[in-house]
Amino acid sequence: MEEILKVNNVCKRYEDITVFENMNLTVKKGEVVVIVGPSGCGKSTFLRCLNALEDIQDGEILLDGEKVDAASKNIGSIREKAGMVFQSYDLFPHLTVLQNLMLAPVKVKKRDKKEVEAEALTLLERVGLLTKKDSFPRQLSGGQKQRVAIVRALIMHPEILLLDEITAALDPEMVREVLDVVLSLAKEGRTMIIVTHEMQFARAVADRMVFIDNGRIVEEGNPEEFFDNPKTDRLKQFLQTFSY
Amino acid sequence: MGFEVLLKGNNMVRLLAGLAVSLRISLVSVAISIVLGVILGILMALKNPIITVISRVYLEIVRIMPQMVLLFLVYFGTTKAMGINLEAETAAVIVFSFWGTAEMADLVRGALLNIPAIQYESSISLGLNKLQTYRYVIVPQIIRRMIPLSINLITRMIKTTSLVMMIGIVEVLKVGQQIIEANRKASPGAAFGVFLIIFLLYFIACWPISMLSRYLEKRWEN
Ligand SMILES: Nc1ncnc2c1ncn2[C@@H]1O[C@H](COP(=O)(O)OP(=O)(O)O)[C@@H](O)[C@H]1O
Ligand SMILES: [Mg+2]
Repeated sequence: MEEILKVNNVCKRYEDITVFENMNLTVKKGEVVVIVGPSGCGKSTFLRCLNALEDIQDGEILLDGEKVDAASKNIGSIREKAGMVFQSYDLFPHLTVLQNLMLAPVKVKKRDKKEVEAEALTLLERVGLLTKKDSFPRQLSGGQKQRVAIVRALIMHPEILLLDEITAALDPEMVREVLDVVLSLAKEGRTMIIVTHEMQFARAVADRMVFIDNGRIVEEGNPEEFFDNPKTDRLKQFLQTFSY
Repeated sequence: MGFEVLLKGNNMVRLLAGLAVSLRISLVSVAISIVLGVILGILMALKNPIITVISRVYLEIVRIMPQMVLLFLVYFGTTKAMGINLEAETAAVIVFSFWGTAEMADLVRGALLNIPAIQYESSISLGLNKLQTYRYVIVPQIIRRMIPLSINLITRMIKTTSLVMMIGIVEVLKVGQQIIEANRKASPGAAFGVFLIIFLLYFIACWPISMLSRYLEKRWEN
């Protein structure tokens, strides 16, 4: 199957600390990779490297065959291919839901406004937020904001979605509505890298699990093996901290 | 009641002309303050240690110094000490801009530093380039935060222009005093009528501006 993302021996350092070294990961089209690991192990930094929000000190990242590098001329079009949703709410507060969704397709992709609007409304309906199209982000709950953020990424037709703990800042009763959207995206064959602490969800959505600790991939495998039969002690310990 | 003096001669026209002087001084000062304030505010947001110290001292001076003292200092000080013959209105504009620039700079700095980094990042992640990010995401948010505050500054300046008669500028309050003075014999009760009209003139000048700022604030609150 076609490889969407290839991470080769990537290394990320800040002056005196190494966040991770020799990271290798390949994601195929339609695959859902879930990354777990203790807080501070570098999961967010890793995702941010994938669309050049962070620079890397060594190695190479290929997204859809193109090298990811903040200095390259067409970095904009490379970033379009990786839709990112962050943990903290990041909708543009001065724009309505619909304007949030339409900004990038119209200004970056120069698509026709009418056509983008129609697509935005279809997507909003799908995540149950059609009635909120003219609301401002401040009028939405956390769960609604994250669903809009997912749609805002989707409408750019990315090759891969990068979701960084998108439910971590939510009240528990809103986690479900957001995860359901992600599950439905997985079902329709979206390629995704998901960082999460929701283990049941991870098991349900993942094609492949990856465990990062101390700046490297300690264990990876299919979800059944990963959860029921962890090979390394580190992963065993880590999973024990979740009473799922 | 003293309203009759307003109908005498061209008294009402003189009052309006006085109001125009007040408005002119404040609007010119605000325009200068916005330009200089934006520049200084951006410089302050860069967090250069030298600029930080200088701007702190400047802001502090503006904050603690009565505007009247500054007016006297600039008008009489420069005229007497340096032999520069400054027009009173120029002196007023200098002092008001000195004050307004400090306030605007502080607003711009605050607005710039208050936009969370995630706003830049999510915009860039969507494929917008730097220029588009500033144009569609960052600057609109900064303007929304700044416009109500700068409008508020305009109304405060209009009110404070009543001080400029102390350096001989004939603005609306001064005209009022002149009218009362001239009619002391004929209508001793003129003071009430004249000041009431001045009150209304200030109100008519400031109220719509104040309403506009309230409206924008409500509309744009985040
Ligand atoms: N700008 C930075 N400067 C120095 N260290 C950083 C910076 N950003 C992140 N780090 C460090 O990188 C490590 C990984 O952080 P992060 O990717 O946020 O972890 P996670 O998402 O797994 O919780 C942390 O130890 C953090 O302190
Ligand atoms: Mg994180």
